[in-house]
Amino acid sequence: MSYTKALRCRECGREYSLEPIHVCEFCFGPLEVVYDYAAMAGGVTRENIILGPYSMWRYRDLLPVGEGEVVDINAGFTPLIPANNLGRTLGLKNLYLKNDCVNPSYSFKDRVVSVAATKAREFGFKTLACASTGNLACAVAAHGAKAGLETYVFIPADLEQGKIVGAAIYGPTLVAVEGSYDEVNRLCSELADRYPWAFVNINIRPYYAEGSKTLGYEVAEQLGWRAPDWAIVPVASGSMFTKIYKGFKELEHIGLLNNGVDTHMVVAQARGCSPIVNAFEQETLNIRPVKPHTIAKSLAIGNPADGYYALKTIRESHGAAVAVMDPEVVEGMKLLAETEGIFAETAGGVAIAALKHLVAADAIGAEDVTVVYVTGSGLKTQEAVADALGPRLVIKPTVHSFEEAVKEAGKVVP
Amino acid sequence: MAKRRMKFTFPPELITRPVIYEIAQRFQVVTNIRRADVAEERGWVVLELDGAAEDIERAVEWVMTLNVRVDPIEGDVVEG
Ligand SMILES: Cc1ncc(COP(=O)(O)O)c(C=O)c1O
Ligand SMILES: [Zn+2]
Repeated sequence: MSYTKALRCRECGREYSLEPIHVCEFCFGPLEVVYDYAAMAGGVTRENIILGPYSMWRYRDLLPVGEGEVVDINAGFTPLIPANNLGRTLGLKNLYLKNDCVNPSYSFKDRVVSVAATKAREFGFKTLACASTGNLACAVAAHGAKAGLETYVFIPADLEQGKIVGAAIYGPTLVAVEGSYDEVNRLCSELADRYPWAFVNINIRPYYAEGSKTLGYEVAEQLGWRAPDWAIVPVASGSMFTKIYKGFKELEHIGLLNNGVDTHMVVAQARGCSPIVNAFEQETLNIRPVKPHTIAKSLAIGNPADGYYALKTIRESHGAAVAVMDPEVVEGMKLLAETEGIFAETAGGVAIAALKHLVAADAIGAEDVTVVYVTGSGLKTQEAVADALGPRLVIKPTVHSFEEAVKEAGKVVP
Repeated sequence: MAKRRMKFTFPPELITRPVIYEIAQRFQVVTNIRRADVAEERGWVVLELDGAAEDIERAVEWVMTLNVRVDPIEGDVVEG
């Protein structure tokens, strides 16, 4: 059952029918999907969600898709892991990790693209396309393959090898652009005007973005139908961040939560590309675009489309915004791997480093239910940590050589 | 020379101030209003700014200090 009503301009409120459009013709504001929440509250229950598939599509009734088959490679319903070891290290008793590394193409982008590819097919498009900082390329290529759509993905040429291979394997037309992500983006906007393609983050964007709400729904369900006290989120455009909060609020609104939403929403960025944190620190809602320079390439968007709305969400939720240095990102990745056995990408390192800042500032109470969103897998960004890892012991195939090497490394064989 | 399209959204206290005229006076920037909607409480304009890139940048920076919300209009507003 679909409860979608229309598209509505987030600025002037004008409504449009549910077409593949993304900006208001009148004021150029972004369009957003609106739902019939009264009907949704009557029709959606915890019971029918729990009986649904073990994927993001258990929340199908809260997403903007029609009645047909969805493009599904099993994105979502990823584990929420109690991080006891990391929690002990930091003095937090209720720390959780939302492990979105384990999505089919290894990042949360599978959630948004599963919705976008479904809409592309509903609208009758033959070609799926995107501008990407890397993870989106992988997700679009994978879902395009599953949907039987022609697929074009545009990436900055300097991307990590893991992301290039991770997209190329699905057989898209992969276009490496010699420029920054923001330049790739501008090019794609021009292409979107020229070709009748479904650009997931341009003309399909209002639908696409809604997929990230499932990161809010799932965490609330997995916590026993309650919103957390803190949500720490790695941020680039700001889209996922605002949609996680929207997910919590919607569940509250339709009566599925045991608590009221009182979640402090925290934006985490790398200092080398932190336009949203900068604005927060300067107490303005105006984003000043920056030129990205950080190892966290998946977060390297200098001119964030949803920056303004992310800042509003921070204000509304009494949240915070934290920027971290690149060496802290590497430390965060190692800490997460060494304490919890999760190898996250640089974005995960940014989130863990931001968590450490908040703990150091005594912002988070020891009992607070705190969720860190770990949104992509480390196997795609190996370059970032390869040099920071402990040395390998290289030995001859003899017991003697082994014991020599161990002694040299200062280890005691148990 | 550069040309940029921007949307300025004014808070109530600035509705009656001729900000766009002031831009032209203070900076070497030509302003061309493409669309606008001004009410008692709130108003916005979509402007084309024409001039040297640095002058446009300085003009936009000045407008931001007035507490005007500035959004770019070009296609450079999507995500990854
Ligand atoms: C792994 C990862 N985390 C977080 C983000 C940020 O998402 P958003 O652009 O919605 O802020 C991205 C975006 O590219 C990403 O790839
Ligand atoms: Zn509008």
